[in-house]
Amino acid sequence: MAGAAAQDHHHDHKPRGWTRWVYSTNHKDIGTLYLIFAICAGIVGGSLSVMMRWELAEPGIQIFHGLAAMVYGVEGDAALDAGKHMFNVFTTAHGLIMIFFMVMPALIGGFANWMVPIMIGAPDMAFPRMNNISFWLLPPAFFLALLSVFMPSAPGAWGIGGGWTIYPPMSSLTGQPGPAMDLAILSLHIAGASSILGAINFITTIFNMRAPGMTLHKMPLFAWSVLITAFLLLLSLPVLAGAITMLLTDRNFGTTFFDPAGGGDPILFQHLFWFFGHPEVYILILPGFGIVSHIVSTFSKKPVFGYLGMAYAMVAIGVVGFVVWAHHMYTTGLSIDTQRYFVFATMVIAVPTGVKIFSWIATMWGGSISMRTPMLWAIGFIFLFTVGGVTGVQLANAGLDRSFHDTYYVVAHFHYVLSLGAVFAIFAGWYYWFPKMTGYMYSPLIARTHFWVTFIGVNLIFFPQHFLGLAGMPRRYIDYPDAFAGWNMVSSYGSYISAVGVLIFLYGVFEAFSKKRVAGANPWGEGATTLEWQLPSPPPFHQWEQLPKIK
Amino acid sequence: MSEAHNVATSARSRANRTVAFVCLAFFAGMIGVAYAAVPLYQIFCQVTGYGGTTQRVEQYSDTVLDQTIKVRFDGNVNGLPWDFAPVEREVELKIGETTQVSYTATNDFDVPTRGRATFNVAPALAGAYFNKVECFCFTDTELKPGETLDMPVVFFIDPAIVDVPEMKNVHTITLSYTFFPLEDEKPLAESAAGNNTNSNNSNLGG
Repeated sequence: MAGAAAQDHHHDHKPRGWTRWVYSTNHKDIGTLYLIFAICAGIVGGSLSVMMRWELAEPGIQIFHGLAAMVYGVEGDAALDAGKHMFNVFTTAHGLIMIFFMVMPALIGGFANWMVPIMIGAPDMAFPRMNNISFWLLPPAFFLALLSVFMPSAPGAWGIGGGWTIYPPMSSLTGQPGPAMDLAILSLHIAGASSILGAINFITTIFNMRAPGMTLHKMPLFAWSVLITAFLLLLSLPVLAGAITMLLTDRNFGTTFFDPAGGGDPILFQHLFWFFGHPEVYILILPGFGIVSHIVSTFSKKPVFGYLGMAYAMVAIGVVGFVVWAHHMYTTGLSIDTQRYFVFATMVIAVPTGVKIFSWIATMWGGSISMRTPMLWAIGFIFLFTVGGVTGVQLANAGLDRSFHDTYYVVAHFHYVLSLGAVFAIFAGWYYWFPKMTGYMYSPLIARTHFWVTFIGVNLIFFPQHFLGLAGMPRRYIDYPDAFAGWNMVSSYGSYISAVGVLIFLYGVFEAFSKKRVAGANPWGEGATTLEWQLPSPPPFHQWEQLPKIK
Repeated sequence: MSEAHNVATSARSRANRTVAFVCLAFFAGMIGVAYAAVPLYQIFCQVTGYGGTTQRVEQYSDTVLDQTIKVRFDGNVNGLPWDFAPVEREVELKIGETTQVSYTATNDFDVPTRGRATFNVAPALAGAYFNKVECFCFTDTELKPGETLDMPVVFFIDPAIVDVPEMKNVHTITLSYTFFPLEDEKPLAESAAGNNTNSNNSNLGG
């Protein structure tokens, strides 16, 4: 790898044509690939969710029996059964795609690959060729995940329909003996390998490649957030890998890790899964925290309030995130004392999160705020993430969770923190760095329309789901009693509006590239102080050949 | 490219490799920890009675309380052509008193079949106080066609159960056994799949 880095140094011209992308070892090109991949996966995952909302717009079964007949070629009652399963397949695929193929590639692969080396004054990532592998593992993983949708699973059904958590026995031979589950497990393995390689690369880059004078305590918060995220990945992903490998051997090689027949316990899978799964949700949101910190500071024209507090709040969130996993499992028969501990530990996370929220507000306080598009998204993020945080504190209570478990209240909660939190952070980062990455300015009018349409749309989807959950509507069903019809209709309209928002976003990208408004090195003015704004837009193919001096 | 630059580059790449190696070792360690979770979880269940895991003891209880508790028995098979049931459905016994009950199993099939039982108690939290002196758990059992086997369970309820606030309202404990076919019994598993397949779900509740 050292040889490759040295060779790259000799020729500064870009490789031409497809080799530039397929063989790329350039962190900016790979970051761009990640972003394009995330947009494509986001469109696929988003379409799945619109289909689900279309189905749920009215009581009864609207589209999925027809869809099953079309895709799987079954008729009549078989189509109805396959359709019901297919709805759950869509739920599962939506979850897996959005987590592993949209949010993670966008935040970690995309923005972090692009900006972390520039921000810490490094010429590239520590292992440029490993970076290439990290990216190119993702398309096959995505392909396997999509392929699993068309493979037999349970008798008379296709695709995996047990939710992204893939709990046995639904995911073992008892529930879904067909090859769909094996493909999904393999897809997770490959996506996991990609993330692990990426995490090792980021840790090495941030530890070893900082410019002279750039101490950890002077490092921008986005780099901090990526460093913590990389550690969370390194700690949690192997546990998922272990758990799904056990599942795979249970399915194919006669082991009984999760099979009571041989003395195993399916609950063990839930413990292993959530030991990964809970840190995973912080993996999804922490880079977003970093991005929002930069944007709030830039557009308030003030340094971020309580820099060290902000950095160590993220460390605290990461550490505490590892000891709260069983709050996803309150209904599995934990003893009262265990529940007490997990309630307490979960609520403790509200403290560092509160530190971050209040520090963002304190950064804005008394600042000269300009409400440009990235700031709009960032403030939207702070507001919506707080709403999701409040329902999170409620759900942390075992007593309350007993009745909210697996209802739409939980769906509303995690979409407020992820779909509205992480995704708003992604769009905030997109508009913030779009001029830097492309050299072109987006159209503020289109960008603002995108924001408001999305803001109204997603709130219309998810706010009514609180009411549905409180009324007792369970998750993961294709149908519901007539009493839930009203808010479900509202929620579905919200989903259509958000889909229009995505189209506006895509048009905005197209418009920016066709109009070619030159953005300049720093379109945001004096508030933008991190190193990327000292480079021209777009940055040169190889940056920091003269290492920047950090005072 | 100058000599000094080369030296610096190779020093850095060595440092990079060190960090990457540490990360990889860490990754491998975490995979190991994930697998270590399996035996650790088993030990954890045995020690704490988590998930309704009953306790194995050698000695009878030396205290017997005046208070009584009801113990119900459940027996079912998953994929075995056996008739498996407790002899008595329930007993009421003093807490701390040692009691023997038995289950019977009959092979209804025309070839010898082999099975193995797993068990737990509900409510799950009672597992820590359910002490078995003798039982037929996890032993491979073979029944010839038409053969009937009597399987005893000797147990007592730990008197400590009355001091636990969570057990305050528990007046009935259910002990459930499920017989599973052993590996080479695949075809039989299918033939008897309709027989009692769902009742083992009580084991999954944890």
